[in-house]
Amino acid sequence: MAEVLQLEIVTPERLVEKDTIEQIQIPGKNGYLGILPGHAPLITELGVGEITYTADGMAYYVAVAWGFAEVLPDKVTILAETAERAENIDVERARKAKERAEERLRSASGEVNYQRALVALDRANVRLQVAEKKR
Amino acid sequence: MANILDIRRRIRSVRNTRQITKAMKMISAARLRRAQDRALSARPYAQMLTNVLKSLVSRAEIFDPETGEPRHPLLAQRPEKNILVIVVTADRGLAGAFNANIIKAAFRFFAANEGKIVDIEAVGRKGRDLFRRRFPTATPEQTERAGPVQTVGEHIGVLGKLSFEYVRDFSEGVIDRYTKGEIDSVYVIYNEFKSVIAQRLIVEKVLPIEEIGEQTVAQAEEVSKEEREKRAEAAQAAGISLGEADTREMDRRAAAFATAQVDYLYEQSPGELFRNLLPKYVAVQIYRSMLESIASEHAARMTAMESASSNADEMIDKLTLAMNRVRQAKITKEIIEIVSGAAAQ
Repeated sequence: MAEVLQLEIVTPERLVEKDTIEQIQIPGKNGYLGILPGHAPLITELGVGEITYTADGMAYYVAVAWGFAEVLPDKVTILAETAERAENIDVERARKAKERAEERLRSASGEVNYQRALVALDRANVRLQVAEKKR
Repeated sequence: MANILDIRRRIRSVRNTRQITKAMKMISAARLRRAQDRALSARPYAQMLTNVLKSLVSRAEIFDPETGEPRHPLLAQRPEKNILVIVVTADRGLAGAFNANIIKAAFRFFAANEGKIVDIEAVGRKGRDLFRRRFPTATPEQTERAGPVQTVGEHIGVLGKLSFEYVRDFSEGVIDRYTKGEIDSVYVIYNEFKSVIAQRLIVEKVLPIEEIGEQTVAQAEEVSKEEREKRAEAAQAAGISLGEADTREMDRRAAAFATAQVDYLYEQSPGELFRNLLPKYVAVQIYRSMLESIASEHAARMTAMESASSNADEMIDKLTLAMNRVRQAKITKEIIEIVSGAAAQ
């Protein structure tokens, strides 16, 4: 059985991450999934959340907002709309986005706007959370 | 005959202009290279998304097995009465006929669809300025349409630093209008960019989706041979490769995504996955067309500046020649005066 996983994180803008890892947790739409080498083939949608993985015994954190993952026994490929490693997150921007989203939530008119503001708030929160974990 | 001082002044001014056009050419070449890279790095994502969707089509029974009708609104064809057109121009000029050509194509498209209601989303300042002069602009307060053709949105200054998030929000708005039935189809008019010499001005249909992974081109126009040669020359001078980049390795890896010959476990039902993925596919299409338009813009500007520089060269040569001739004539005249003066004594 495979001992490691190949990880690839791809966004529309670029290839974010390519690494050999020991284990990974991904934010599935219906809850977090922990994946070890040799996992059964799986396809899942990702929600807004954080990806945690370990490579060479070190933990890494990546914030994602909506994505899609394919898991194979020796490989994990993640398509994410946005993916940022903890150290690359612009905390100031995330904080501003959060304030904006909160503002919109208070004044939102209509169901759609409300939903969108909620999603935006979610995204900003995750970014802030992940950013705190940077070394 | 013009005097030497005037000509000299003229030469100096042309030389200054040439310096500027040369600098602009170099800048455009650098930006073109960056734009090409960005367009390239958007490819794996687009292809992977397409793969997943294709493999889901069969599993999720997207098409009704009996009638063959699609079950997803973004796939359904309806009679075209209201059209949304996204016209992608540049924010800045000095790019030869780049903006003018796109706008011309847009007007041809309007003419071909006369009698239908057309909404314009203008991307880029140049297009926006022109449409605003020609057509009324929709305002949130208005209850009635101002005319058969009107601009409904503008996107200025986003092309310089295009982010996918921006395009996603934009396309969500478009999809929203489409599912509500406010519009029956969506087209993008832009300058396609495969390489410096392989470019087309096309009108592409993004909604409804006719076939996943296939481009639906409603109207296309090749670049003239003469223009292509000029571009090739400019690119060579700037050290940019002419061919399409080698993406085979990248494509092969992307093609393997979600198509392994195994039975996948699906966390969500294929139908649900499909529904959620399809809007992203539309966003990616629009994003790609904007990236390609940006690359084309820089290529066009580079070419324009290259020919401006060579025109300046030519002009300087001509003026220098004229100046020398005037100077020579003056000297000759002086000698004649001296000689005839001496002869008279």
